Amino acid sequence: MIDVSWTVVLPILLVTGTAFAVLLADLAVSGPDRDGLGWIGIVGLMVTAIASAALWNTHVEGFAGTIVLDRYAVFFDLLFCLGAGLTLMISMDYLGTIGLETGGEYYAIVLFSTAGMFLMAAADDLIVFFLGLETMSIAAYVLAGIWRSDLRSSEAAMKYFLLGAFATGFLLFGIALLYGAFQTTALGTIAQEIGPSTGLQRTLAFGGMALLLIGFAFKVAAVPFHSWAPDVYEGSPTSVTAFMAVGIKAADFAAFVRIFMHTFAALAIEWTGVLAVLAVATMTVGNLAALRQTNIKRMLAYSSIAHAGYLLVGMVAANAAGGAAVLYYLLAYMLMNTGAFAVVIALGKRGEPNESLDDYDGVGLRQPLLGICMTVFMLSLAGVPALAGFTGKFYLFSAAVQRGYTWLAIVGVLNSVVSMYYYGGVLMRMFMAEGGKRVQGTAHRPYLTATLVVATVGTVALGIFPSWAFELARSAFLSLG
Amino acid sequence: MVPATYYIALSVTLFSIGAIGFLIRRNLIVMFMSIELMLNAANLAFVVFARQQLAVDGQVIVFFVMTVAAAEVAVGLAIIIALFRHRQTLNADEVRMLRW
Amino acid sequence: MTLLTFIPLAALIVGFALGVILNRHPIRSALCLAVTLFLLAVMFVFLDAHLVAALQIIVYAGAILVLFLFVIMLLNLEADIPQKRRRSMSIAAVAGGVVFAGAVLRPILWAGDTLPGPGWSESAPASFGTAESIGARLFTHFVLPFEVTSVLLLVAVLGAVVLAKKKLG
Repeated sequence: MIDVSWTVVLPILLVTGTAFAVLLADLAVSGPDRDGLGWIGIVGLMVTAIASAALWNTHVEGFAGTIVLDRYAVFFDLLFCLGAGLTLMISMDYLGTIGLETGGEYYAIVLFSTAGMFLMAAADDLIVFFLGLETMSIAAYVLAGIWRSDLRSSEAAMKYFLLGAFATGFLLFGIALLYGAFQTTALGTIAQEIGPSTGLQRTLAFGGMALLLIGFAFKVAAVPFHSWAPDVYEGSPTSVTAFMAVGIKAADFAAFVRIFMHTFAALAIEWTGVLAVLAVATMTVGNLAALRQTNIKRMLAYSSIAHAGYLLVGMVAANAAGGAAVLYYLLAYMLMNTGAFAVVIALGKRGEPNESLDDYDGVGLRQPLLGICMTVFMLSLAGVPALAGFTGKFYLFSAAVQRGYTWLAIVGVLNSVVSMYYYGGVLMRMFMAEGGKRVQGTAHRPYLTATLVVATVGTVALGIFPSWAFELARSAFLSLG
Repeated sequence: MVPATYYIALSVTLFSIGAIGFLIRRNLIVMFMSIELMLNAANLAFVVFARQQLAVDGQVIVFFVMTVAAAEVAVGLAIIIALFRHRQTLNADEVRMLRW
Repeated sequence: MTLLTFIPLAALIVGFALGVILNRHPIRSALCLAVTLFLLAVMFVFLDAHLVAALQIIVYAGAILVLFLFVIMLLNLEADIPQKRRRSMSIAAVAGGVVFAGAVLRPILWAGDTLPGPGWSESAPASFGTAESIGARLFTHFVLPFEVTSVLLLVAVLGAVVLAKKKLG
């Protein structure tokens, strides 16, 4: 019979249960004020986080080895709880601003997407990974288009859906070839057998690996598969964009790192070269394109692409330091990027999204809280020392140097210098330009303010005291296997 | 007896046809159908490998792929309908934001 | 299955698949897709995947494809106007696809090796590919993915309704 282990699926059950609770509560609540549903979600996520943290030291496998709850999975579970929690918080203020007409389904779908993420991080079998990916993605396609009265939202959903499904096709065919090669989809078995494989089995394994690489490159918006990201990020409702940029990206990397840096570790020589090229292209194109943007959401989209490039550098290192750096950077990135998007939301008000860079003129002087927070986020994204972004990039690039990829680290540093220009540009506008735009800012938006404070404090704290988080990330990565 | 690799060749051909179709066609529904071709090609590969290994795992996986395809189709067509309500066109070039 | 049966069937599948991507009117593409799905079901039967073949017809051709047809009819789509520009993109895409297919196929076909696994030349036992054998595997080894698909389908239904329903709120 099958080993049904409740411990191993406890976090997933809790998140899914929270989603159901929100759906059911939605029936009971009437009227336009849905904040209570957001709170149910946040409380549920906190319970999930506590339960996951309690499971930090238990390494459990279950359900015939298809799912595993190791520290890696717990780390990501905590990360996803944070990301979803922050998203729900900013949504509670944002949805009223844009006048989104749906009921509680928005919150429920965000939570279901998070459940899919949990599965992706904990999957020890390619099929479980695939189903988790699809659950997360299908929920995300819906979220992108959920602002039905806005044309850009529908277009973003369409583009996201088509390219997402295209990428899924590649991933699936890759899984098929791996299944053919190893007669199983279990990651553990594949990890052991891929090294000594020969002949046709090896050919099929290579083909599967290559197709998986293409699929993942699409999902994390690596160049040259990135073209969907700017349009999708710009068109989706901003709280959804934040969710995509931090949560979904983290989940994609969680699976990417587990499958490539652990399962395919024996063949690292093969795929690190390709990833290095992708990393360079992604960082460069992302940063150069961001320079030319006039819309803040598109700029942040290209910035997101560039940061995926930095993360790929960590993967190229193909060692524990690189893996830990990737995990750490995903945490840092979650805080600073959500914060940046929270500021973007703060600038908007009903009927006026204020997403053009011109709208930022002088805002820093009139709204000091926004000014301080945005300063922290922009400088952190650029990699200025004493902030989370710097420590994250330091770990990533030093891991690459350790493995002899000094040239790659240099490219990364140069790219960070370039990015200073456009991040700094926003700050210059906020503090030195003359502008008369009246923005609502953080007035009457308690949840947004709370998110800004949490993100700012987190970014600064990680910048000054990075080691505890890095040690967590390291022990999480080392638990793979 | 037909070698198994011939079936895999058919599967890869079908997958490529689907991928090419996605890239060259501009009609959103046909692009979507091309993706279905890709998924079916993967299904064929799974079934062939299952037969090769005389283990039904591959067929069970096809079961899951069909479920995922059904879910994707439901949401995808809902998105198309929502988009169509805005713009009366299903041409990807006219859908303004699709820039390659 | 002999070469004599395989080659025509494969040719038909490829032909109708090309029909899907090359037809100008979306309804004809959908019908070509229907034929392709049926022919694939035939191929599944020859590969001793009986339940999968039945599911292919019931679920894929019978539900998914019908959904496509519904939407095409609902939106009253007409034939595409041929696009004169972007010719270079199309040629690049086709060339890329052919190169990709060749790159994947060449090592596989010319390997002279057999795929890993026991049984291509043996005939399958009578219980292979039946509902019972699939069910046994599905509810033991694959029970977690099975439960996950229920959540997936719920999300899809929820999402489809949220996006497509007429009255909001």
